[in-house]
Amino acid sequence: MSQFAINLLFVGASFALYIGIAIWARAGSTKDFYVAGGGVHPVTNGMATAADWMSAASFISMAGLLASGGYANSTFLMGWTGGYVILAMLLAPYLRKFGKFTVPDFIGDRFYSNTARLVAVICLIVASITYVIGQMTGAGVAFSRFLEVSNTWGIWIAAFIVFLYAVFGGMKGITYTQVAQYIVLIIAYTIPAVFIAIQLTGNPIPGLGMFSTHSESGLPLLVKLNEVLNELGFRDYTADVDNKLNMVLFTLSLMVGTAGLPHVIIRFFTVPKVADARWSAGWALVFIALLYLTAPAVASMARLNLMTTVYPEAAGQVESYEDAMTDPLAYEDRPGWIRTWEETGLITYTDKNDDGRIQLYNEGNEDFAETAEARGWEGSELNVNNDILVLANPEIANLPSWVIGLIAAGGIAAALSTAAGLLLAISSAISHDLIKTMINPKITEKGEMLAARLSMAGAILLATYLGLNPPGFAAQTVALAFGIAGASLFPALMMGIFSKRVNNKGAVAGMLTGLLLTLLYIFTYLGWFFIPGTNMLPNTAENWIMGVSPLSFGAVGAICNFIVAFAVSSATEEPPQEIQDLVESVRYPKGAGIATGH
Amino acid sequence: MADDKANAAAYWKANVRLITGCLIVWALVSYGFAILLRPLLAGIPVGGTDLGFWFAQQGSILTFIGIIFFYAWKMNRLDKQFGLGE
Repeated sequence: MSQFAINLLFVGASFALYIGIAIWARAGSTKDFYVAGGGVHPVTNGMATAADWMSAASFISMAGLLASGGYANSTFLMGWTGGYVILAMLLAPYLRKFGKFTVPDFIGDRFYSNTARLVAVICLIVASITYVIGQMTGAGVAFSRFLEVSNTWGIWIAAFIVFLYAVFGGMKGITYTQVAQYIVLIIAYTIPAVFIAIQLTGNPIPGLGMFSTHSESGLPLLVKLNEVLNELGFRDYTADVDNKLNMVLFTLSLMVGTAGLPHVIIRFFTVPKVADARWSAGWALVFIALLYLTAPAVASMARLNLMTTVYPEAAGQVESYEDAMTDPLAYEDRPGWIRTWEETGLITYTDKNDDGRIQLYNEGNEDFAETAEARGWEGSELNVNNDILVLANPEIANLPSWVIGLIAAGGIAAALSTAAGLLLAISSAISHDLIKTMINPKITEKGEMLAARLSMAGAILLATYLGLNPPGFAAQTVALAFGIAGASLFPALMMGIFSKRVNNKGAVAGMLTGLLLTLLYIFTYLGWFFIPGTNMLPNTAENWIMGVSPLSFGAVGAICNFIVAFAVSSATEEPPQEIQDLVESVRYPKGAGIATGH
Repeated sequence: MADDKANAAAYWKANVRLITGCLIVWALVSYGFAILLRPLLAGIPVGGTDLGFWFAQQGSILTFIGIIFFYAWKMNRLDKQFGLGE
C-alpha cells in the first residue's frame, strides 16, 4: 500500500470515529449545543479541555519553534501550561458558580452594562479569529502534505472540514469527540517520539532521553547538539537569552491569554460542581503535560536528526568537525522526506555554490562568515519551514509508514478540535450574547441556532482568507491571539471576581485600552488586520520598543487594562449593591446550580 | 446573619492567602528559576545542561500540576471547614 493510501486510511478512520460520536451525541436544544448539559465528569472534561486546548500550534508547530529557538522558545512550554494555574485559582471555580453559558454573559452581568457585554463580544471575536488563522495555517500544512496538494488547497480543504464538523456538532458532540481526539493525538505524538528517543539515546521515555546520553557519540544529547550547532555558526541550543524582559513578558502574555480565552473558560461551565472546576483544570493540565513534556525532547532530537542528515559524518564520535562539515550530503542522495516535502513548497533547496551538495548553516552570523567562506559556502541552501518538523519527524527517523499515517491523523485532530471549539465560542458570542441578549430577545431557538451556524461560516471564511497569508508560523499566530485575549478579557474577568469596586465604566475603559493598545502594537509590526505589506515598521528586534516583541505585548496590554480600570472606577461611583452581592455570591461554592441560560 | 458574613469573609481571606502562596511558587519556578535566576543556577548540572534550562522545559510544568492539585485539595477542605461547599 502506498504512503498516500495509508495516510488516507488513518485520517479517514479517525474522521469516521469523530463523526460517529458527533451523530450519536447530537445536540438537540440550544443548551446542549453550548454546554453539554452541564454533566461532564472532571477527568473527561479535563481530557476534552486538553484536546480543545492543544491545537495545531501545540501539536504541529511548537516543537518546530522549540527546535529552531532552543531555550529561548521555552516560553511556549511555560506560558501554555502556567496559564492553567491562574485559571484554576483565579477564574474557573467562580465562573462556574456564576453559572451562565458564555464569557460576555459574565462580563455583561457583572458590569451591569450592555456596552461591557458588547466590548467583551468584540474582544472575544478578535482573539478567536486570530486563533483560528493559526489553526488554518497548521491544518493547511498537514493537509497539503498528506493529501499531496499545494498549501493553499490544503487550507481550503481544512476550512471545509472544520466548518462541517463544528456546525453539526455543538458542544455535546464536541465534548465526546474531543475525548476521542485527545486519545488519537496523544498516541500520534508519543509513538514517533518514543521510537526516536530509543534510536538516539536508548531511553524509551523521550522526556528523560533528552537529558541522557546520545548513543552514537557517547556525549550527553544536548552537549552533542550544541557542538554540532556551534560548528555551523548557530547559537547554542541551551544558550541563555539577552533580553529577559521580553522573555518574561512573552511567558506572561501566554499565561494570561490561556486564562482569558473563551473556548477554554467555557469548558469549566460544563462540570457539575464548583469543586469539579478546580479538579478539571488540574486534570486538563495533566493531559496537556503528557504532550508538553515530550515536545522539548522531540524538538532537540529532531534538530539533531536534521543536522546529522545533512552532515552525516557529524553524527558519531567526531575527531574533527571540520572534515564532517565539509562533507555534507549530496543533493542527489537526499532522503525521501526532503523530496516529498519539497513538493509542498515547505522545504526549498537552492544550490548557491553549484557543488551539488546541501549546505545548511547560520548565514546571518557575521562571526561565522569567514569560516563559511573558507569552506567554499555561499549561503545556506536548505530552507525548512518550522511547521513541518513534527509531521516530518517519523520520516526523518525512518519509521514505518503507519506511524506517518498516525501522525497525519493526530495533527489534523489537533487543528480540528481547537478550531471547532473556537468557532463555537464565536458563534455563541454572536447568536447568544449579541443577538439574543441585546438585539432581539424574542428570537426563537431555531433562529438562534441558525444565527450560530451562519456566524461560524462567516468566521471560518475570514480566518481562511487571512490564513492564506498568515502573520507567522502557526504557533506564533496563536500566540498573538493569546496576547489579545490576555490583554482584554482576562483582566476584566479577574477584576469582576476579586474586586467589588471596579464598575461598568472602569471595565469598559480597561478592556478597550488593553484591546486597542495590543492591536495597535501588533498591527504596527505585522500589518493592519494582518494584511501583508501594510505594516508601519519592519518586524525585527531593533524596531521593537524596548525589545518587546508583538508576541509579548499582551502582558503590557493587560497591565494597562488593570491600571485604567482601577483609575476610572475609583474616579466614578461604586457599583450598585446588588452587583456587590453578586460578586460576593460567586466567591462561595454554596448554592451553585447547573449552568443556566437566563 | 452577622456570623454568616464573618464566616464568609474569613473563608475568602483564607482563599486569597492560599492563592497568594501558590502564585509565589508559580512565579518562582517559571519567571524565577527558568528565566531571571537561571544564571544563578548555572552551576547545577542536569543531563548535559543546567537546572534553569530543565525548569524552563520541564520542571515548571511539573510544578504547575502540583500547585493546581494542592490548591484543589486545600480548597475542598476549606469549603467543608467553613460550611460553604455544595
